[in-house]
Amino acid sequence: MTNLTSALYNIRLLDDLAKKNTPIHALHPLVKLLTTVIYLAVVMSFGRYEISNLLPFIFFPLFVTLFAELPLMPIVHRLLVVLPLIIGIGILNPIIDNHTVTILGANFSRGWITFLSLSIKCILSVTVGIILIATTGIDRLAVAMRMLKIPKIFVLQLLLTYRYITVLMEEFLRMSQAYSLRAPEQKGISKHNWGSFAGQLILRTFDRADRVYQAMLLRGFSMEYNVGRIEKANFKDFAYLTGWCLFFVIARIYNLSLFLDSLISGVVK
Amino acid sequence: MHMADALISPTVGFTMMSVTAGVAAYSIKKIQSDMDEKKIPMMGVLGAFIFAAQMINFTIPATGSSGHLGGGMILTALLGPYAGFLAMASILLIQALFFGDGGLLAYGCNVFNMGFYTCFIAYPYIYKLITRKGLNSHNIFIASMISAVIGLQLGAFSVVLETLFSGKTELPFGTFVMLMQPIHLAIGIVEGLVTASIINFVWKARPELLEKVAASESFGTLYLNKILKGFIVAAVIVGGGLSWFASVNPDGLEWSMQKVAVTTELSTSDEMHQIFSIIQEKTALLPDYNFKGTEEKTVSENENTWPSVNIGTTVSGLLGGAMTFALAGLIGLIVNLIKRREDVSASK
Amino acid sequence: MSHHKVEVRNLHFSYPDGHEALKDISFTIVHGESVGIIGVNGAGKSTILMLLMGILFPDSGEVLIGDVHLTKKTLPMIRQRVGMVFQNPDDQLFMTNIYDDVAFGPRNYKLDEKEVESRVMGALELVGISELKNRAPFRLSGGEKRAASIACVLSMQPDILIMDEPTSALDPKARRRVIGLLNSFTHTKIITSHDLDLVLETCQRVIVVKNGKITADGATNEILTNSELLDSCGLELPLSIQDCPICSSSKTSKK
Repeated sequence: MTNLTSALYNIRLLDDLAKKNTPIHALHPLVKLLTTVIYLAVVMSFGRYEISNLLPFIFFPLFVTLFAELPLMPIVHRLLVVLPLIIGIGILNPIIDNHTVTILGANFSRGWITFLSLSIKCILSVTVGIILIATTGIDRLAVAMRMLKIPKIFVLQLLLTYRYITVLMEEFLRMSQAYSLRAPEQKGISKHNWGSFAGQLILRTFDRADRVYQAMLLRGFSMEYNVGRIEKANFKDFAYLTGWCLFFVIARIYNLSLFLDSLISGVVK
Repeated sequence: MHMADALISPTVGFTMMSVTAGVAAYSIKKIQSDMDEKKIPMMGVLGAFIFAAQMINFTIPATGSSGHLGGGMILTALLGPYAGFLAMASILLIQALFFGDGGLLAYGCNVFNMGFYTCFIAYPYIYKLITRKGLNSHNIFIASMISAVIGLQLGAFSVVLETLFSGKTELPFGTFVMLMQPIHLAIGIVEGLVTASIINFVWKARPELLEKVAASESFGTLYLNKILKGFIVAAVIVGGGLSWFASVNPDGLEWSMQKVAVTTELSTSDEMHQIFSIIQEKTALLPDYNFKGTEEKTVSENENTWPSVNIGTTVSGLLGGAMTFALAGLIGLIVNLIKRREDVSASK
Repeated sequence: MSHHKVEVRNLHFSYPDGHEALKDISFTIVHGESVGIIGVNGAGKSTILMLLMGILFPDSGEVLIGDVHLTKKTLPMIRQRVGMVFQNPDDQLFMTNIYDDVAFGPRNYKLDEKEVESRVMGALELVGISELKNRAPFRLSGGEKRAASIACVLSMQPDILIMDEPTSALDPKARRRVIGLLNSFTHTKIITSHDLDLVLETCQRVIVVKNGKITADGATNEILTNSELLDSCGLELPLSIQDCPICSSSKTSKK
């Protein structure tokens, strides 16, 4: 099933990227998390008609992508997967809101503006989400979560889920392939077999959970598990956080696109 | 049903985040006091199972198309509501981070929409009700179907409300509802069928697993009371506050009201609208939605006569952001307080 | 040193479905011994291991580790002394990176991070995968995962090592590495395996299990060259001492 294979590929890729050695990767995970969340909050606080205001915010993902040496194709690929949904909702806007606006002499339905605004926000938010995980990785993110006082039980359980996703997906893939080799006419699993197909998988899952539990017990597990590592933040981390927050605030208050525009037109004059 | 960040305003995002965090914190407490360590690897592995299972396409009979699993009901039936909720939260976090499926700002909304209704409403009040006398093929089927359908309907409706209060699309309430609910009815039916067949299978193969879960949360113990009460109080405050905010964006609501309602309601909304615009003028503390009166002018200003920046809206955006933090914190506090009061009175 | 001793007396065990897995099993293993437990599938080998680890409890009979009876109460203490490596490394490597997996045991003993680190690095070096410490388990090959799961147990510094099918699904070189590793350990070792050549190379003593009973218990050289005995228990001679499959010259006749 292509879903499974592409999902597996995606996880491997992000895992690879997270292990790179760049100045961005070296930053403290909590700082990266906070910057991302603040970014999202600021960007999403823009109203529906804002477009030029939004544009300067592209600098954050751009900066990080460059300095973290992240490949563009996977990000674009992710966007292509997620965008259709937003487009599906947003495309109705030009139809619904047909109050016309005149820009540069041409008439547009006002809905196009909200549609564009929505799309830009979507692109920005999905991009920074991927960038976060590609520069941090689930382990260090778990450290950041612990520093935010998120309970160990939840973090441990999250890590276990992540750990076994690849194992189970590979298992499902093998079973799906075996199924489709013996049922070439069918698209997906037919309803007669839903129960036993998924049922077999889930029974195996229970057995696996049993064995993992045994393995944990044999190594002394109790609910008091300590995730262990903590990371210390240094000057660079604080500088990164405050620098970007400052930029976000300024870009939120002042329309930097217009500013740039007036600069250039001033020079031209 | 995963909501993207672009559809959410920070207000709604942070509000739902704190509600979700409150429910999650409560669930964690409950699991710890349960002392069932075996739940932890079970949650992890089952979470991974649901995640992987969501990628499998099950063909829907008679339509020739395929659907796939959400998983909330299966998780709850096999893990109980608390562990099920947390497992759902993990799945959604990984989906958001690694697949961009659902935004980070919208994470609270997504966990709530897809976890709360199945784990804390559909499971105890529908599933357990139907299966209270014991499990058998028949009532598993009915319980799963109804729980899945209703759980998804509630979740879908939440999406509509959250989008509406965020004011990010032009989609009016009525149209949105008419789009969301039927689609999720179909999805709910598929989910119900798959859930029923899986639970049935497990019940036949390993009945002790289901029995254990059923026993620990027997129908009739209204453990949900504390959460529900806290939630209702918070919802009232949030709802009130948000409607205050949302009213500043009367275009969407008013437009749909124009379409959907009768003339008398129009005038009422006009009055309400006036009241709110007066309040906004006086307080100037509302987020950056423009209201109807000056809106056209402002928009055309923004788009046509360059450089003119509406300072009013942008500054209020910042204040709005700060207020949302405060509001979110307030909600979390209230839920916590209510919970604590209930705990105290319960332990007496 | 008595605390490396494993003693099993008159064990009986039946599974919940009624299957009588073990009937009156008794043996003693002393410090530093390496013992291979062999038998067909379903003979009861894994059941013995699970009883030794306290994953299952016998219907009757006793397990003593280092002269301490294995009971629910003494479990935590005993589990510090005995380390078990599972057949499927994916069940054993449940953290998201190797370092955390190997550190899991020591951390549960509430050791401070410095001590944890030295144990982890020590264990990783012993098995030869130090450079993989930050890798995610799903990126490792079968042999690397096997080495990692051994490291997970070594970091707890047990006295007794129990291993279930340590060379299954390994390619020849990886298998050779595991054999080398096992021979380098001075712990008491208990190994179950279908790989009789592994047992031949690493164990001084062999216990043969058939239908839940011990059919033979003695020196490796005697048992693994006894083709009638092995045959009657559903096994055969180790491949390395069978006649050469290509030229049919006999190995056992050359002595």
